Amino acid sequence: MSALLTVEDLRITFPTRQGPSEVVRGVSFTLGRERLGIVGESGSGKSQTGRALLGLTPPPGTATAKRLDFDGIDLRNASPKQWRALRGGRMSMVMQDPKFSLNPVMTIGRQIMEALAFHGRSSRAEKKARAMAMLEAVQIRDPERVFRAYPHELSGGMGQRAMIAMMLVTEPDLLIADEPTSALDVTVQIEVLRILDALVKDRGMGLIFISHDLRLVASFCDRVLVMYAGRVVEELKASELDRAQHPYTQGLMNCLPKIDNDTRPLPTMTRDASWAL
Amino acid sequence: MSALLEIRNLHVTFGAGPDAVQAVRGVTLQVAEGESYGIVGESGSGKSTVLRAICGLAPTSSGSILLGGTELTAPRRAEFYRRVQMVFQDPYASLHPRHTVDRVLSEPLAIHGFTDREARVERALTDVGLGPSFRFRYPHQLSGGQRQRVAVARALILEPRVLLLDEPTSALDASIQAEVLNLLDRLRSERGLTYVMVSHDLAVVAHMCDRLMVMQHGQAVEELTREALRAHAATTDYTSQLLTASHGYTKAAS
Repeated sequence: MSALLTVEDLRITFPTRQGPSEVVRGVSFTLGRERLGIVGESGSGKSQTGRALLGLTPPPGTATAKRLDFDGIDLRNASPKQWRALRGGRMSMVMQDPKFSLNPVMTIGRQIMEALAFHGRSSRAEKKARAMAMLEAVQIRDPERVFRAYPHELSGGMGQRAMIAMMLVTEPDLLIADEPTSALDVTVQIEVLRILDALVKDRGMGLIFISHDLRLVASFCDRVLVMYAGRVVEELKASELDRAQHPYTQGLMNCLPKIDNDTRPLPTMTRDASWAL
Repeated sequence: MSALLEIRNLHVTFGAGPDAVQAVRGVTLQVAEGESYGIVGESGSGKSTVLRAICGLAPTSSGSILLGGTELTAPRRAEFYRRVQMVFQDPYASLHPRHTVDRVLSEPLAIHGFTDREARVERALTDVGLGPSFRFRYPHQLSGGQRQRVAVARALILEPRVLLLDEPTSALDASIQAEVLNLLDRLRSERGLTYVMVSHDLAVVAHMCDRLMVMQHGQAVEELTREALRAHAATTDYTSQLLTASHGYTKAAS
């Protein structure tokens, strides 16, 4: 398996009044054309890791790494021009909530065509055809209507599909999905995941799936990184999650209530100070 | 079984004319004293509106709500809030950002004319596992789990019989969720409280509630017991769908 993305010793620092605070502390992993899950609780640095891969660490934060290679390109010294060519073209990101990430005053169709106009040249008719095909690929039943609709005219699930369509229309090699289904209802969630799954399989795309939901990630991804306090505490195959070694991973698994058995009280986690070292 | 809380054919409509939204369309349910009752559904199913209608935060357009056999009047009497209290979903939004924990907890006591406020505030904080040292903190000095504990303490300070829980843990991390669920479970068994809990998470409701109702589009789809849920004995497609979805992602079935 050739690595699509190599990350070595990624560190993200934000200046605070108490001095610099490191929110991601030495994260390393490689990604092939597979589904990689990053799991952690709020504040574990999982979203910042995802953003840093696209060079989107919000200022005044800074991201440094020993290695950050995407398909042979060193991202650390990428010029703004290189970034523009990569972002949205070869690597893109799906955010959590379509309400805040779609442009509210542009129709869905125009937003999708804008992505195409930016990356490559094609006629208007061609762009429209590709946008429509993409909307169909994400299982929107009435693509013609959605194409002409503004974001507020769509439901959450529909908006999220439209956003996935927009991110995938340029056929990226790497997709970073940051909690793509957390704002959606469970039944819609599964549908959106099926779409992502099919796209990974059919196009050989690499997917980084960031989520707080260990159960969901375990059932969807091939491999899982568990993050705690800015570090990867455990990396394991999704199928072997029940054999997790680290007490934090075990704790995360056990504290979820289950429909089939009745553990009372639910096991809670006693956080060991040494996990954060 | 005599019902402590009873809802008969409740309808809630927001707005009027062509824009009217029928949020709840004919819901009937009974909750016995000491029981824990769950309402499950997806966003827009009207589950939270049912809870808000019980405590008078949503307008009842038809149907009736009875507490202990007597029909509730609108607006609710002060005495009603001594017996029924609510815990809201998001502790970041439901606690006043510029009021200390002490002020948040003292306010209901002042409204209802309690005199031994100090002792009650300290006891309420101890009951929810925080301790008196948290008394003079502001919400921003607390973590999400601690804030939700304060919200539970605020609801319990008047010693109500019924607690309405609107997604009490959905804004919290999984490990914190377990702690808050344990707290609610312990308080119920210690005090014999009656819970009505709303959640989109079937597993949480199955853990907390003896009986539950599944709602969709403002209507009750199915009512079933925890045992039936465990045995996957759902009679409607929609409930089965929810059950499957709550087990995580499955590749083949579609």
